[in-house]
Amino acid sequence: MIFVKLFITFFEIGIFGFGGGYGMLSLIQHETVEHWHWLSSSEFTDIVAISQMTPGPIGINSATYCGYTAIYNAGYGHWVAVLGSATATFALVLPSLILMILISRMFMKYMHTRTVTAIFAGLRPAVVGLLAAATLLLCTRENFSTPQEDLWQFCISCLLFVASFYGVKVIKINPIHMILYSAVAGLVLLY
Amino acid sequence: MNSEEFATARKVSNIYWDSFKTFFKIGIFTLGGGYAMIPLIEEEVVNRKQWVSKDEMLDLIAIAQSCPGVFAINIATFVGYKLNKTRGAIATTIGTALPSFLIILAIAMFFSQFKDNPVVAAMFRGIRPAVVALIAVPTFNLGKRAKLNMWTIWIPVVSALLIWWMGVSPIWIIIAAGLAGYLYGKFFASDNQHPSPNTQHP
Repeated sequence: MIFVKLFITFFEIGIFGFGGGYGMLSLIQHETVEHWHWLSSSEFTDIVAISQMTPGPIGINSATYCGYTAIYNAGYGHWVAVLGSATATFALVLPSLILMILISRMFMKYMHTRTVTAIFAGLRPAVVGLLAAATLLLCTRENFSTPQEDLWQFCISCLLFVASFYGVKVIKINPIHMILYSAVAGLVLLY
Repeated sequence: MNSEEFATARKVSNIYWDSFKTFFKIGIFTLGGGYAMIPLIEEEVVNRKQWVSKDEMLDLIAIAQSCPGVFAINIATFVGYKLNKTRGAIATTIGTALPSFLIILAIAMFFSQFKDNPVVAAMFRGIRPAVVALIAVPTFNLGKRAKLNMWTIWIPVVSALLIWWMGVSPIWIIIAAGLAGYLYGKFFASDNQHPSPNTQHP
């Protein structure tokens, strides 16, 4: 039953989603695209773009959207898909709710102990690897095209990738503006 | 119910509604997610409503960042619990998630009809490579914050290769890394007061 799978998957993502919104994206991508094949990698990329551009935390936005798309792609109608997004969002939030209540009730005093600090120190470099993997896994034919398939689109895609990376990392352009610029570039160059 | 009880009940329901509203507002105005919202939360929760003191907020930010889950939700749950226990936490959590949920639903229903429109399709062909770059940027920023050096750089590289090539689930990487951190802290890092010179480069 896809709703149960959806719930379990996003509950797991909520438990293991360390490293903020982007760290969570690599888990969402792995589970929904690579593992369950609920979405294609271009659908996932579109969802990230839209989650980035709309208000609200990226984790919640993309969970809502992935839940919707997963159910819709499974052949259900729009209203059943709404239930899918509710399931995914609820499942994602539930571990946070439980964990933060537990921490504020009894574990507050343990948060600064050596053991807890050591665990978090171990997680930090691994989360960097998670993000690197998400980047690599998104370098697909669907997102960039291929030289054989469409040389022009492939070159423009690579150019846009480099330009966006440089723009956001070095010139510090706002990511939302960067998405809008690349939408214009796509419209002009890839129509 | 006498008038005093009634007044108390009204006050309680008011604070549910008030905290729900405040976090709804925070949910709406978080653009781009993550740390951009910290000043907004501080303004609302610390300065205006005074639900949490400034020092508590600093602690709370540190905890919410290191715990799994969505940062904004973690903060909301914590503040809500402090105000009204579990029911308060549920009110603030729903408040934070609801704007996202409604906006995304509206877009999802709308977008599925326009996805095949040639203009929209061309725009998204341009957007997709840019978004991949947007995920690549925090990889490097996070790497810097994690203070990677010669001795630790292999950890993200091996984790990424395991996920990318071997199809290992990121969940196993997280579990392994947490366990490794725990064991390292327990058996090797006894001289915590003297951080290794590698991590102290400016």
